[in-house]
Amino acid sequence: MTSSLQHFVDWLAKTPVSQTIQKVGWIIPTVQTIHILAIAAVVGSMVLLDLRVLGIAARAQSLSSVSHRLLPWVWRALIVLLLSGLVMVTGEPGRSLVNTIFQVKMALVMLAAVLTFFLQRDLYAHAASDAASAGAKTIAAFSLALWVAIVFAGRWIAYGDTLFGAG
Amino acid sequence: MPVQQILEWLENTPLAQAVAESPVLFPMIESIHVLAITFVVGSIAMVDLRLLDFTARDQKPSRIAADILPWTWGAFIVAVIAGSLMFISQAEKYFANSAFRAKFVLIALAGINMLVFQLITGRDIQKWPDGAKTPLRAKIAGGLSLTLWVGVVACGRWIGFTMFG
Repeated sequence: MTSSLQHFVDWLAKTPVSQTIQKVGWIIPTVQTIHILAIAAVVGSMVLLDLRVLGIAARAQSLSSVSHRLLPWVWRALIVLLLSGLVMVTGEPGRSLVNTIFQVKMALVMLAAVLTFFLQRDLYAHAASDAASAGAKTIAAFSLALWVAIVFAGRWIAYGDTLFGAG
Repeated sequence: MPVQQILEWLENTPLAQAVAESPVLFPMIESIHVLAITFVVGSIAMVDLRLLDFTARDQKPSRIAADILPWTWGAFIVAVIAGSLMFISQAEKYFANSAFRAKFVLIALAGINMLVFQLITGRDIQKWPDGAKTPLRAKIAGGLSLTLWVGVVACGRWIGFTMFG
């Protein structure tokens, strides 16, 4: 299975679109910047939502208004993250697809998306309540830890050689 | 030049050398820096979007700012500490890097924009009528802030490309 992924990577790296992304100097830095801005939207929203869920911040704003305002931004940002990520993966398939840290990050992203879905479902279902359920608080805390891990994994993709030796 | 001497001195501190030589410490500090700045930018964007009347129109702008900005400052301090640790590890090279210098110019401009709004143009923020559109000077401050911080992020990424190839 690994070698067919490697074959796909080798093929993708030679495609015109991949070559263009690699060669036109401003594409990757620009897409990375967009990626970071979308992460800012996710981290900003999730930290503030969690602070409100835990009752630590923004208590004068109802839990319902905070969750309804912030959660849509998380989903919008996720779309931007996936699209910008797709450009980066297409441009540098060897740096990403066969990189263990990248694979771990993708698994974490999927888990975080699932948790966000359940958090949203809980909060929206109990919109009349200003106190989050214990379940919501747990999901909120855990999903925030996941997003932190995802940010770290994202940065560490570049250092894959440090951890696993040049390859 | 005294600046060069200070930079050299900084680079030779045990702390700077530990950061420069450890294959793990620098990436960790860098990750913390990235995490902190994503919150700084994301949270400032929320305040700016309110000033621009784009979001959270059910809340007073002063409420949004009061609820968010203390946390923004906390994250900003973390970003500065992590950034300082990275800086001293290669102080001369960072100082000479044009993307690094541009980044600090933009951060300074963002700070000035915020001060001008807090002290002058937005001083009456508490008195803005509920439900009314925000004044033009607020929209300018918000729009300028967003633009400057996007520039800061872009410069930050550019530093990465020019410092480490």
